[in-house]
Amino acid sequence: MSTATATPAQQTAPAAAAARRPGRLRRLIASPLALTGLVIAAVLVAVALAAPLITPYDPTLPDFDHVLSPPSLSHWLGTDDLGRDQLARVFYGVRASMQVGVLAVVLAFLIGVPLGLVAGYYGRFADTVVSRLTDTMLAFPFLVLAVGLAAVLGPSLLNATIAIGVAQIPAVVRITRAETLRLRHLDYVAATIANGGGDGTVLFRRILPNAAPALIVQATVGIPGAILGEALLSFLGLGVQPPSPSLGVMLSSAQSFIAQAPWMAVFPGLVIVAATLAFNLLGDGLRDVLDPRGGTA
Amino acid sequence: MTPTPSGGPEPVLTVDGLTVSFRSRYGSVQAVDGISYELAPGEVLAVVGESGCGKSVTSMAVLGLLPPTAHTTGSIRFADGRGGTRELLGADERTLGSVRGKEIAMIFQEPMTSLNPVLTVGRQIAEVLRRHQGLNRAQARARAVELLGLVGIPAPDRRVDEYPHQLSGGMRQRVMIAIAVACDPRVLIADEPTTALDVTVQAGILDVLRNLREQLGTAIVLITHDLGVVADIADRVLVMYAGRAVEQGTVQEVFAEPRHPYTRGLLDAVLRPGTRPEGGRLREIPGVVPRLTDSPDVCTFAPRCDRADERCTALRPALDTAAHAAACWHPLAGAAAPAPSEATR
Amino acid sequence: MIPYLLRRAGQSLVTLVLVSVVVFLGVRALPGDPALAMAGETPDPQLVAAIRHQYGFDQSLPVQYWKFVSSAVTGNFGISSRTGMSVTHSILSAAPVTVELALLSLLLATLIGIGAGVAAAVRRGRPTEWLANAVALLGLSVPSFWLGMVLVLAFAVAIPLFAASGFVPISADPLDNLHRMALPALVLGSGMAAVVMRQTRSSMLESLSADYVRTARAKGLARRQVVYGHALRNSLITVTTVLGLQLGQLISGAVVTEQIFVLPGFGKLTLDAVTNRDYATIQGVVLCTATAYILVNLLVDVLYSAIDPRIRIGGAA
Repeated sequence: MSTATATPAQQTAPAAAAARRPGRLRRLIASPLALTGLVIAAVLVAVALAAPLITPYDPTLPDFDHVLSPPSLSHWLGTDDLGRDQLARVFYGVRASMQVGVLAVVLAFLIGVPLGLVAGYYGRFADTVVSRLTDTMLAFPFLVLAVGLAAVLGPSLLNATIAIGVAQIPAVVRITRAETLRLRHLDYVAATIANGGGDGTVLFRRILPNAAPALIVQATVGIPGAILGEALLSFLGLGVQPPSPSLGVMLSSAQSFIAQAPWMAVFPGLVIVAATLAFNLLGDGLRDVLDPRGGTA
Repeated sequence: MTPTPSGGPEPVLTVDGLTVSFRSRYGSVQAVDGISYELAPGEVLAVVGESGCGKSVTSMAVLGLLPPTAHTTGSIRFADGRGGTRELLGADERTLGSVRGKEIAMIFQEPMTSLNPVLTVGRQIAEVLRRHQGLNRAQARARAVELLGLVGIPAPDRRVDEYPHQLSGGMRQRVMIAIAVACDPRVLIADEPTTALDVTVQAGILDVLRNLREQLGTAIVLITHDLGVVADIADRVLVMYAGRAVEQGTVQEVFAEPRHPYTRGLLDAVLRPGTRPEGGRLREIPGVVPRLTDSPDVCTFAPRCDRADERCTALRPALDTAAHAAACWHPLAGAAAPAPSEATR
Repeated sequence: MIPYLLRRAGQSLVTLVLVSVVVFLGVRALPGDPALAMAGETPDPQLVAAIRHQYGFDQSLPVQYWKFVSSAVTGNFGISSRTGMSVTHSILSAAPVTVELALLSLLLATLIGIGAGVAAAVRRGRPTEWLANAVALLGLSVPSFWLGMVLVLAFAVAIPLFAASGFVPISADPLDNLHRMALPALVLGSGMAAVVMRQTRSSMLESLSADYVRTARAKGLARRQVVYGHALRNSLITVTTVLGLQLGQLISGAVVTEQIFVLPGFGKLTLDAVTNRDYATIQGVVLCTATAYILVNLLVDVLYSAIDPRIRIGGAA
């Protein structure tokens, strides 16, 4: 009789408790795609950090005895037109990509988030000014902006990073502004204001933490964007300058040898695809987990 | 097995032993557990219960509108009145498409979101006419204006070209009714048609439904949690609790002499003119509706019931086929206790 | 709707003025003296001064700005210091290339993106959705210039189906024009198609679970009509916005694509101008692309309000 007398509510309660929404990290890892992205991203970060330790070749030293040699045991990804080991150059290229990816996004957030908060929270004049400024920035195609900045500051990895970071500011401003607008009308924020919470308290203790999910998702979209941007600028000769290794520089020199030495174009390209794909997968997974409105869509 | 209005004509809609369960990330949930009813032509049957008791799911099952995660068993039969009977449960989209909107139509709870915001109301009415009656554009539009007038919308020839956002909530619900009755359906399923509306607007909508029944002989399944609406318009009542039917009978019988403690609880929770609740306060039913993951052989209301004893938590009470009956081991008024559950399963 | 559009037009005008200021100042901030550059290896001070005077470099910034804007409004962007020809002329000869490239890619992206997005949403949880999602994710992740190189390798070098470079005006030979534009348009359109597909899919999923779609099904409408007549019609409103934003991004992409396929469009003009410190051309090109971007966005807003009756006919009657 003991099991039969259990009420339905009692029967279902433990099962429901056990099946309660697991932690966010666990749910992220539970998605095979997001997990794949996380693993690839982790490997690339490790490669970026350990590049000098794991390759026996100097990525910039020419070796004219082994020019344009196809992939072999001694040069896994072959060599380029100056006999440099492609694998070593890819490793150092990943290092450059990751550096730009992270720093550009950090730059965009340092400038974009405060602007978005001010525009969304204070509204009126501040909003008008910030909105017109972001519209103005958006009116310049990314490349025109980057080309202009590279021309003014001179082409280098740092300047490419600045150009890419600046180009990402409008998107960060827009998202922060939209989140701030949405959050400041929620009851608990209104309650904080009504209870005499200062602007600082409201902005940094109430709004910013709650806008974090959307911002984190934006960051994971920004990183692959920045990686692609660096490759693009370096490809056009406006970013990393040869002989320094960068995936874009490698593709740029591969262009002239596309028929004779396709490996020069294939491997750096695949690595770029893997890097951006990894962060895009991670971003999609994070969106599902963190952002209820982006949700399953 | 199904409760039949004694000696009536052939039922237009027969729901027999319907169960619906949903697969979800956290396991299977039993939403409807063995619901049966018959609907006679021109009859208004009210299906009553709290939110989440499965009353809407039951009606969605009739038109095959449940999401693909739903698993259904049982039978839902529709009689077209011309001698043909169609099984709707598990029917293909073709069969369902020829029944939906033509033979059985539906009105939903949310008039705000149930109309397409980017199409004119005229277009949304005309669509169903063109689909089922093969009218051309001009004919369908003329008929749409007529229908808008029929459901009591002033200046229908102007309203026909307006978009849903230009109409009030009550107007939109009238448009929904116009869509539903456009093809003279034999059955109209109204899922909480007045819940989202103001009280004054509610009365108007109920008048429209009542007129339809009288003028067109449409049978109506009215899903509601509002007992006032039930008393106002229904002939018979089916009370649902946690996916099961717990009591059924005519409105007079159920209201005057509720047999199931849950029905009694529902009635006690409503203020009725001329009666004064004990202690001067409305009574609430203690506890919450359980979320069922299976179909236990017990009375699912027992945890909230002050009359429950060992038998209630050991055996499932059946719903008798008598005109007025309750699925309860300890019914309130003089009826005999129903047979043990073995007989019902 | 009219007041709304007027306000939007006003905002666009303010943005346009800001853009012109930024362009003007930005070009002045470029390192190197164009007069020195033009004067040759051993600059003669008198020649430099003459050049400065001729191009107006010796005047104050506000005066230079006013001259720049007032002549730009009449379509005169000055004389290129590199070619000695009218900037307007180079812009007019480069524009058709880039515009055709952009429109072809837009067409491609719209067809592929909306088609795949609808298919993925309708066939949720089936291989079609999985495949469409995977291709879209890949489309987002593949750099366009690399895709260009791979496509050239595959379809121009290995299997010579298409031409890898050069431009023939569509008026001269439409077939040869398409033959040469096919690969560039595919390269430029692929990333955009991916974005459009993802947007279409997510707004279709939202529309398909909306109450009005349930109503449409309850009416007994055919599946096709429910999906296209009701769900897609609503989704198109958001998709249009995304398409507009993407069209602005196309200009960036065009620079690279033109570089790879050696097309004489805006991209080449911009890169040449920047590397040669050709002030007038940079000003003209950047101002034109920015104006185009602003106008496209304004157009999208107009279109948006035209297809959404909630904006077109505001308020309750």
